[in-house]
Formats: sequence, C-alpha cells, structure tokens
Amino acid sequence: MAIKKQKELDIEEKSPENRILSFPDEVLERVLVFVKTHKDRSAVSLVCRDWYNAERWSRTHVFIGNCYSVSPEMVARRFPNIRSVTLKGKPRFSDFNLVPPNWGSDIHPWLVVFASAYPFLEELRLKRMTVTDESLDFLARSFPEFKALSLVSCDGFSTDGLASITTYCRNLTELDIQESGIEDLGGSWLNFPESFTSLEALNFANLHSEVNFDALERLVARCKSLKVLKVNKHVMLEQLRRLLVRAPQLTELGTGPFSQDHKLRSHIDLESAFSNCKNLNTLSGLWEVSSMYLPALFPACTNLTFLNLSYTALQSAELAKLLQKCPLLRRLWVLDTVEDKGLEAVASSCHLLQELRVFPADPFEQEVIMEGGGNGVTESGFVAVSEGCPNLHYVLYFCHQMTNAAVATVVRNCPNFTHFRLCIMDMRRPDYLTNEPMDEAFGAVVKTCSKLRRLAVSGLLTDRAFEYIGTYAKNLETLSVAFAGSSDRGMQCVLEGCPKLRKLEIRDCPFGNAALLSGLERYESMRSLWMSACNLTMNGCQLLARKMPRLNVEVIKEDESDDMHAEKVYVYRSVAGPRRDAPPFVLTL
Amino acid sequence: MGRGPAERQGDRVEMSTTLEKERSLTELEADYEETALTLGLPGGSRAGGWDQQERKRGFSETVHLSDGSSGIEPRGGGDLGDESPDCAASGAGGPRASKARVVGWPPVRSYRKNALRGCTYVKVAVDGAPYLRKVDLEIYSGYHQLLTALQEMFSCFTIRDRRLVDPVKGTDYIPTYEDKDGDWMLVGDVPWKMFVASCKRLRLMNIAPRAPR
Repeated sequence: MAIKKQKELDIEEKSPENRILSFPDEVLERVLVFVKTHKDRSAVSLVCRDWYNAERWSRTHVFIGNCYSVSPEMVARRFPNIRSVTLKGKPRFSDFNLVPPNWGSDIHPWLVVFASAYPFLEELRLKRMTVTDESLDFLARSFPEFKALSLVSCDGFSTDGLASITTYCRNLTELDIQESGIEDLGGSWLNFPESFTSLEALNFANLHSEVNFDALERLVARCKSLKVLKVNKHVMLEQLRRLLVRAPQLTELGTGPFSQDHKLRSHIDLESAFSNCKNLNTLSGLWEVSSMYLPALFPACTNLTFLNLSYTALQSAELAKLLQKCPLLRRLWVLDTVEDKGLEAVASSCHLLQELRVFPADPFEQEVIMEGGGNGVTESGFVAVSEGCPNLHYVLYFCHQMTNAAVATVVRNCPNFTHFRLCIMDMRRPDYLTNEPMDEAFGAVVKTCSKLRRLAVSGLLTDRAFEYIGTYAKNLETLSVAFAGSSDRGMQCVLEGCPKLRKLEIRDCPFGNAALLSGLERYESMRSLWMSACNLTMNGCQLLARKMPRLNVEVIKEDESDDMHAEKVYVYRSVAGPRRDAPPFVLTL
Repeated sequence: MGRGPAERQGDRVEMSTTLEKERSLTELEADYEETALTLGLPGGSRAGGWDQQERKRGFSETVHLSDGSSGIEPRGGGDLGDESPDCAASGAGGPRASKARVVGWPPVRSYRKNALRGCTYVKVAVDGAPYLRKVDLEIYSGYHQLLTALQEMFSCFTIRDRRLVDPVKGTDYIPTYEDKDGDWMLVGDVPWKMFVASCKRLRLMNIAPRAPR
C-alpha cells in the first residue's frame, strides 16, 4: 500500500501530459491482459511508444489476415510471447477454383520461425493455407505444449500428417480439420495413446476415409472434457449411439449419416441416447436423413442454438417438424430442398433466428433428384423468413429468381443486417417480374441497413447499384461482386464512397484500369483487392505497382496467349515486400 | 393419372414410387412374367425403355430461356395443375436450360458439392456368388452403363432384355437395390439420378426361369 501511495503522489506532481508516460509498465501490462481483440490491441499499440512496448510484450495471440502482408521474422521480432496464431492465406476466391494450385501460402516457413521464437506455442488456426505432412510432423515434434490445431479450407496434407499430430501432441485439446482437402492414405491416424485424455474438440466431418471406430470409441470414453465431436460419413447410427452414450456432456455434435443402419436395434435406443445429451447447442452432419430416424433427435433439440442442415436434403414437412423442437434456434443452415414452404416453417417456428444460410442442393445440374419438384427457394421464402424473424442480421441466400420489391420488403422487416449475401445463381438475371436490373434491391439494402459490414451482390446490376453502395454503405468492410456493373464508374463509386472497405473481390465485371487506379489512395488501408476476368491490362497494373510501392501487385498468368491482358490480379498491402516464394505463374509487378 | 404418355416424355416425373414401393419381392417372384423388368417411366410407354430413361431433355422440352428473359414455355400442352408440381415449378424456375458452366459459379465450395453427392460406392451382391463387389454409381450416366459394367464385372453374364443372364447356368438375375429407407426396390423404376441418390446397395437376385427344377 505504501508503494501505491508513493506512485499516486508521483503522478499528481507531474503535469497532465506526463501522467500517461509515468504509468508503470508492469501495471499497464497487467491491465492489457484484459484487452483481447486484435483491433483493440492495435489501437492500444498506437497510443505512444510505452504503450506500444507494453502491448507487444503482453500480447499472446496474433491474428494475421493475409500471410503475405508480413513476414514470420517480423512477427517474432515484435511479439516475443505469442501462444496462439491465426493465419489466413489464399484469396477467398480460391474456394471457387479461381486460384491455380501451388499458388503459395505454405505454412512451413512460419513454423520454422515459430519453432525457435515460440517454443511454447499452443494454438494454430489456419484458413486457406497449404499444410504438408512434413509441416504437420514438424509441428507435432517442435511444440511440446501444443494444444489446438484448426485447419479450415486448407490443403496439402494427408492422413499421415494427422497421425503425427495424434501421436506426438500429448496435450492436444482441439483437432479441427473441417472443410480441408485431405488426401486419404488410409491407415489409422487416430493414434492417441491410451494415456491421452485431454481432448475437448474433435472435428473430422469432411474426411473421406473411415476412422478406426474402436479407437474412436475408446478415445471418447476416456476424454471426459470432450465437448465438440463431429464425425464423418462413415460413422453409422449404431456407432453414433455408442459414442453418445459415452459422451452425454457434448455441446456440439456432428453426426454421420442418419439413415438405415442394420446394426441399430431400435430407434428407441437412439432416441434415449440423444435424450441424455442435455447440453447440445450445435448440431450438424445428418447426411442422408431418413425421416424414420429424424424423431430420435428431438429430445436433444431443446437447447439448440445452431442447426446445420446444409448436408441434408430435407423436405419442408420434415424441417417443420424438426424446427418445432428447436425453440431457441439462433443460426440455421439449410439446403434449398426445403423450398419456400420450409422457409415458411422457419418463419413460424424460429422467432429468435439471427442467421440463415440457404445453400443450393444442386447448383449445376438441372435435374431433380428429390420428389416434388425441387425448385429451390424463391423470393417469397425470403420474404416469409423476414416477416417471422425480426432479429435476422446474417443471411446467405442462393436462389434462381428474385425481385427488387421482395428485397426491399425483407430489409424493411429486418433493418439490422450486418451480413447480406444474396446469390442469384443465374448470371445477370434481372428482376424476374419487372425485367429491371436488381439495382434497387441492393439500393434498399444499403439505405436501410446502416450497420451493414459485408455485402455480396448478384443478378443484373448497372453502375447505379454501385452508386448506391458508395453513397450509403458507410460501414461496409467486405464486398463481393460478380458479373455486374456497366463501366469503371461502378467500381470507382465504391472505392470513393466506402471508407471502411477492407476486402474487395470482383470477377467478370467491366471494370478496367481507370477503375483500378481510382483506388490508389485506398488500397493501403485495405487488406486486399481481387479482380479476375475484368478489363485490366498489364500496363494498368504496372502503373499501380509503380505508384504504390508498399502494395504487392500480383498478376496470375495462366496462359501465354494474351500478353497485355491481366486476367487475375491480386493487390494487397504488405510490409514484407514482394513474395519470395512466388511460383512462375505469379508475376509481382 | 390423367396425363398421357406424350406429356410424360422428358418430364421430370414425380416419382410414382409410392406405387412401386408396395410391390414386395415375394410378389415379384410370384408374378415374374408380369413384372418383367423394363426401364421405361412407370405408366408411360415402354417402348425403348432404356432410351427414354436416360434421354436428356432436348431444347424443345426444356424451359427455353436466354439469360435475362423470363419467358416461360409450357410443355406438352399440359396440364399445369396442382398434380404436376415439377411442371409448374420448372416453369417458374427461371432460365435453367442448358448453360455453359463457368469456373467457380455459382460460388459453392467444392467440399460442399462433394459432400452432397455422397458416398456413391455401393456393394453389389450376386445371389449364389461368394464375393461382393463395389461399384461407384457416380461414374455411370444411366442404367445401361451400370448393367454393362456389372456384366463386365461378373463376366459370366450377358444382358438380355435388361436382365442379367447367366447362359451357362441358365439363370436370370434381376437387379434390385436397397434404398435409404431400407426398402428393396427394382432397379430402373426411378430416374437415374434419384436412384444414385438413394441406392445403398445392389443385389442381383437369382430368378430361375420357369423351367422344371
């Protein structure tokens, strides 16, 4: 107490400007422990040099949104005490095959630096990075305290790499390999030793190969802290039942196929296993649901807040029955097999709904595989949901037809959208009733939804839509555009009008060099810009590169035919300079 | 059903599987002749059953639209009554006639596309044979290809009248399959894609022709 009083006196004697500077570092660091988000921490680090230093010494988690914006050595130099790293690699359009393989974002150089700078690293969360088996093995052997590995949308590794993780990571709590492209080399990768009991989360839902079920069952039985379990399509109902019996404490469950399993004696056993799971808040998986087994789920649905049916070709009647059991639902992902009728059921059952994603069951084929038509969802389903779910703030909606009036109605009913992603799957399709462009629809969105942070547009759009966006979308951070716009003016409006824009991804639009260069001042405050199949030329990109040396301007050149045209352009700010690992088809200008 | 064969052709038929499902295998065995396997659409013309099954809808039969227009062409003079949800639905469904595929459009991630297609490897059991085989239904575009592949796989068969016949033993095999509800169905009763989506395993059932044993 005496020391404290002394410091208080010191502070009072000093002039106001100096009071901040004399705040002791140790105290500041203790306080900063409570500052968690990377945005807040960035703000803290900019106050003054002392705060910059206090912040960098106390930071334990670093988030790097673009792995090429900074080098691992720079990160290690600035932050000496990191325990957890989040890294994102490829541009998002690589999810849709627009980025050639072997483009980059290899995790290995980062691991090498981390092995010496952060030997006590605990968590690694990667998105769209390339991760090889060698890297996984290196990771497993280099970090004795390693706890959590999450690989979302990553590629380059096989089940052998996973085997290294399960064999050597003695303190692992989380292993999540969702949505990653994993080469299946067979064999058994679930090699946790019998003494291993620390697992809390395991997600291998997208793995193609069978897992050794006995090993899985024993693992689940001895890991009493297991909260998240998401299995793949090879785990049948009887096996699922056995797992549930061993882990009633689960909060998140991803099932395997929910269809006929000869080994399951009766669905009453299954239902009883589900009724013991009183803590489930998230449910997913449910491939090939058979309506015979669906009711077995009902006892576990009371506390569900997130239901992911995006792998389940469910019909509207089945969905309606299921939703009636889920009164607390906040997030729902479905396939468009539920059709408008299914969405009407959502509207009547899910009043607390905040997020809805409707995925297309059959995005490319014309043929129906389900009974009853299979037309997907339309504007009336969208309107119905908006009427029943006033808390909706996140929507992803794939459809074949939409009207300006419907979208206007939707946002009138739900003005709080933060994420509005509408995908009219037919390219450049106008309002199907009026034959007008969809400009007014997105105009309504940006005028009404002042909190909008993420927007994806589609359908027939002229520059007018982008004028609206530039005029009204003042909080917009991410914009995705495809097959839209009439001239450079469209893109210019957005670049001039949206001060908070961080990510802009554009494909197949008539935007050229003038549009690109109109954003000169903007790109350094953005994470990245992607433009493919637009009207950019090598000259335009070179001019940008010359004028803005702290940007990396990269052109992906896949065919030799047209030398002047810049088919795929990726622009991003970087303090690490040009890439040193660029493959031959990536030209840094 | 009130609609003639002409309307049925090329339609996405509401699968009248309800009717077909009632037929049990014992009925099959009892009424072998009457249930001679043909692969036409149920109730419709059986001529050239194979071809009808697999024929992709030609331009004139699809809703013909270019990008941007919303014209709707009713088909077959039809009856767009409530009995034909598929007809009305495709009418309202918008321009979905054959379009060139564009890379990465619509923006659906590949793991999602693959997940839906599901595991299309199914086991094939042949009555009387000690071994099972597996086929990937995804790689065939229709029933004919599937039967041809089975014929090659089990090399003792020839295809005759859309059944598999073992000329040496003089036995016929009817292709049947178990669907995802656990029911055993005749192969060929539903459109190919629906079959692929719901088939869990195949069984070539041994039906001896009616000859004295």
